Amino acid sequence: MNLSQHDGNIITVSGLTKKFKDFTAVDNISFNVKKGEVFAFLGPNGAGKSTTIKILTTLLKPSGGKLMINGNDPAKNKDAVRKSFGIVFQDPSLDSDLTALENMQYHAVLYKVPKEVREKRIEELLRFVELWDRKNDMVKTFSGGMKRRLEVARGLLHHPGIMFLDEPTLGLDPQTRNHIWNYLLEICEKENMTVFFTTHYMAEAEKVADRIAIIDHGRIVAMGSLNELEKQTGTNSLEEAFIAITGSTIREEQVNGVTRMRAMHRMFEGKK
Amino acid sequence: MSTIYILWLRQVKKYFRTPSRIVGSLGQPLLFLLVFGFGLGSVFQQAGQGDYIQFLSPGIIMMSVLFTALFSGIDLIWDRQFGFLKETMVAPVPRWHIMFGQALGGATVASFQGLIVFLLSLIIGFRVVDPLLLPVAVLIIFIVAMLFAALGISIASLLEDMQGFQLIMNFLVMPIFFLSGAFFPLEGLPKALEVITRIDPLTYGIDGLRHVLSGSGTFGMGLDLLIIVVIAALVLGVGSYLFERIQA
Repeated sequence: MNLSQHDGNIITVSGLTKKFKDFTAVDNISFNVKKGEVFAFLGPNGAGKSTTIKILTTLLKPSGGKLMINGNDPAKNKDAVRKSFGIVFQDPSLDSDLTALENMQYHAVLYKVPKEVREKRIEELLRFVELWDRKNDMVKTFSGGMKRRLEVARGLLHHPGIMFLDEPTLGLDPQTRNHIWNYLLEICEKENMTVFFTTHYMAEAEKVADRIAIIDHGRIVAMGSLNELEKQTGTNSLEEAFIAITGSTIREEQVNGVTRMRAMHRMFEGKK
Repeated sequence: MSTIYILWLRQVKKYFRTPSRIVGSLGQPLLFLLVFGFGLGSVFQQAGQGDYIQFLSPGIIMMSVLFTALFSGIDLIWDRQFGFLKETMVAPVPRWHIMFGQALGGATVASFQGLIVFLLSLIIGFRVVDPLLLPVAVLIIFIVAMLFAALGISIASLLEDMQGFQLIMNFLVMPIFFLSGAFFPLEGLPKALEVITRIDPLTYGIDGLRHVLSGSGTFGMGLDLLIIVVIAALVLGVGSYLFERIQA
């Protein structure tokens, strides 16, 4: 047995830092997420949320700090970490020229879901997100909400221990948002899955999250349950607490700064 | 293995689902076959080189293989733009399996395209010297397809956008094609041109195919095969390395 399972933490982050040249996107953050917990990771635009998710999901290498995901260090055992989580990205990531079923099968093969359970699990999940009737339709004919539901189903396909969701309900109507969370919470319960998500909908985080961390300028500025955050700021909603903690300035320039740094970083990498 | 298979399957499926793409990309090779085949045929014959269709067809078959294979690298850029690449990149599979599956898919599609052009050339009057050698022809086509599919992916690994890819492709495709001896015999060339044709890997692909289909070729069959196999392996290696470094 390893450490992270002993103390009940499925994600352990300590001193995590990510620098793009001289810009620090994530600045020495530490937190733990317990197994089975629904953990909200909030912050204004450009605060470092997506960068953190990218590091946790092995898409970016950290500049410093220690990480444990489901008992494995992503730097040392990438594939074991990758197997242990499902992810719904901020932007769509389906192949729209394949059918819903084919997108699921592709995922099942990449994640080596055994043949015996593959078909059953796919059917179960497609029924679960109410897309079984459309399984043979091209994804390009799907609405935004259907695509998101399919991505959620796909992320759950290989029985992940952790589900990462980067603004999973962005641009969806309240009905679809509710549906998606109902699916996720049900699976959480049933399969003892952990959820790590970001969102800009405070009401959503208020409703589903067991614990909330707020990140700003690459640093974690507050962490705790809804009650704790409200008490700490003397407010009575997460939205108010969020603004009390992170201020009310608009962060447009921050986003541009980060995007520019990332673009420069990529250009530089490409030339080397 | 299953990773390579599913990536291959995805590309082949998508290819056969767009018949318009298949038919559309036959226009150019057909035009070249007809215009050059019949237009230059009499000059070629008068120069004592024999039937031009016999000479030209292997070159045009390889042209469509080259175009389709190299441009299959664009699928990677589409995947990146539409976000699907991330799904593949976080999967617990070795990157080189992905690269290999992608190249195999592109090469299969390109080989198929080459075979259609081969059938078209038969209609125009191309005659195969020894039908028993057809499997060897398919093998040569496939190796060349693999070489250029891997090259396309390598280039796509370095680029983020469509425009850049198109630009580089245009700089590559035409020289590779025109300097390969698809149109002209490889003997008696000016020294500079002779050197360049011998650097172009497509030269050996076309020469090999000419050996097998038309019974005439400049270099030895063994040399042709050796060179395209070695270069294909090299490009696959480089491609895997570049693919490894992609940040999704």
